Amino acid sequence: MSTKVVIDPVTRVEGHGKVTIHLDDNGAVTQSRLHIVEFRGFERFVQGRPYWEVPVLVQRLCGICPVSHHLAGAKATDQIVGAGTGDGLSPTAEKMRRLMHYGQIFQSHALHFFHLSSPDLLFGIDGPIATRNVIGVALEHKDLAVQGVMMRKFGQEIIKVTAGKKIHGTGAIPGGINKNLSIEERDKFLDGKDLPNVDQMIDWSEGAIDFFKDYHKKNREMVDNFSAFPSNNLSLVRADGAMDLYHGLLRAVDSEGKKIFDDAPYQEYYNLIGEGVKSWSYMKFPFILSLGQENGWYRVGPLARLNTVDFIPTPQAQKRFEEFRAYANGKPSRICLLTHWARLIETLHAAEMMKELLNDPDLQGTELVRTGTRQGEGIGLIEAPRGTLFHHYHVDENDQITMCNLIVSTTNNNEPMNRAVNNVAVAQMTGQEEITEPMMNAVEVAIRAYDPCLSCATHAVGRMPLEVSLVDTNGTVIAEAKK
Amino acid sequence: MDKKIVATTSLAGCFGCHMSLLDIDERILDLIELVEFNKSPIDDIKTFTKHCDIGIVEGGCASSENVHVLKEFRKNCTTLIALGECAIMGGLPALRNTIPITECLEEAYLNGLTTKDNNPDRIMPNDEDIPMMLDRVYPIRELVKVDYFLPGCPPSADLIWNALTALILGKEMELPYEMIRYD
Repeated sequence: MSTKVVIDPVTRVEGHGKVTIHLDDNGAVTQSRLHIVEFRGFERFVQGRPYWEVPVLVQRLCGICPVSHHLAGAKATDQIVGAGTGDGLSPTAEKMRRLMHYGQIFQSHALHFFHLSSPDLLFGIDGPIATRNVIGVALEHKDLAVQGVMMRKFGQEIIKVTAGKKIHGTGAIPGGINKNLSIEERDKFLDGKDLPNVDQMIDWSEGAIDFFKDYHKKNREMVDNFSAFPSNNLSLVRADGAMDLYHGLLRAVDSEGKKIFDDAPYQEYYNLIGEGVKSWSYMKFPFILSLGQENGWYRVGPLARLNTVDFIPTPQAQKRFEEFRAYANGKPSRICLLTHWARLIETLHAAEMMKELLNDPDLQGTELVRTGTRQGEGIGLIEAPRGTLFHHYHVDENDQITMCNLIVSTTNNNEPMNRAVNNVAVAQMTGQEEITEPMMNAVEVAIRAYDPCLSCATHAVGRMPLEVSLVDTNGTVIAEAKK
Repeated sequence: MDKKIVATTSLAGCFGCHMSLLDIDERILDLIELVEFNKSPIDDIKTFTKHCDIGIVEGGCASSENVHVLKEFRKNCTTLIALGECAIMGGLPALRNTIPITECLEEAYLNGLTTKDNNPDRIMPNDEDIPMMLDRVYPIRELVKVDYFLPGCPPSADLIWNALTALILGKEMELPYEMIRYD
């Protein structure tokens, strides 16, 4: 009898993403799908709004990394006011934005590691459900929990002094920024009086990498074989090949590290990337046009970025990057769970970048905005915590938006996440009559490695609740499991 | 004192209100001494396992699922809080309320710059495994009775902390004027 397994991450009726797995008469997996069940319609309802609202409007689609939307939108509006495409801002404006962005990367990555992933690492993927959550970490590993809370707080405080608010700030405006950084604001992050200082953040980031490497050493077999599969990789890269999360050129490499395209100005992204639509998900399926929809899908995010860049331009993160690259024999890593390692190396890089920027006197400069010849089109890309984020607008002579195209980070990972789900389903559920809790958690762990922002539901403060039902083709429930 | 039981959910919101709750920072360690979380993204409890003292709802209702979850919250929570602009007024997602939902869907899936040439069969999301979108986005008070409204986009961590601890300890809320913000 053929069966359909339903995994609904945020319960069966609530929430934003769910998984279905179909099994045939012999218990072989015939189809696995990750469904995204949210739709906002932003591309349409932003039409008619004045373009200067973009940086504050779009970020309200995501409260987890609002700074990414805030800045990608601001970069697009820079172009509209004639301030160029990443090179036309004053040093003060560009560096304030960079500080805001690295603060954002730091807090988002810290949240993912400490609040979300550490329960799996501390208590085990099949550990007791009652304690395998962030509260369990707080009760049983208080030092680690406090560290996570303080790292997130540091990033949020950086955002507050650059954007004006911790969530949904207003700092970036078309052509620049609306404030600089006062000496008093700066010293809060350096003197260690009010909160642990930036050097402490660098040390804790190093510690988190060691924590993961230790976990990896003890669980190498599991980690390296867990839903590992080859893919193309995409990210922005600085002109000299360095990691740059704020600005760069588009580079895509295949699973062997061969460049598919390189040094591509993102103003032409639509000649490189297309999006497919499937009836069973509100999330579209991006792909590299030259390779077609079948073969052109790619990964974005920390793992993809460490696979595309040539080096990281801060010393401690570069050392860690070399270790990471050596482990993958210099080729792109295809190991899903090493995304955690990659994410922590980026966390360290973000901490180093914050230190460098905080000590830069340009942040006390007074030239905040530059404008030039007005344009009718603006495109802004940025490397958000979860990957490449695309914003594109057309405006008319009344400054009203007439067209909007968005490709958000998690959408880029749609196909890889679907493949990850399928791999785990095949490995765990083939021929099984009973769905066990560890099987469900395995699916969850695979999805979570991508840190998906399924309309920001599932990775926020804890683990995704799961329900799995084994139902026959008539819809009768044969077996049910909850956790 | 018995711990108060708290449930939370995000409907058609951005999770920014939940993030603002996390912005209470170190006070999280105090909070978990005062409350026990039931159904919430913060733990693994997927359906209400007991009646809750306080239910916190972020986001308005944009889909049939949102409505179902909201009604479950009203039924299972003694005190229901609308947290933030979207729950109270519909918020940014409600900007679509003046536009037919079909137009919004067509713009995303048929007319999008990177989509229009790659969807030859003109496929639109429509499947038994995904929920239907409502005609417009509804504030939650249009569907259920709401006991408290905490404004802001998002409400500040201090506002959430003050309101929540007052409710937990059975005290009157002290919310100074400058803490009540709408941005």
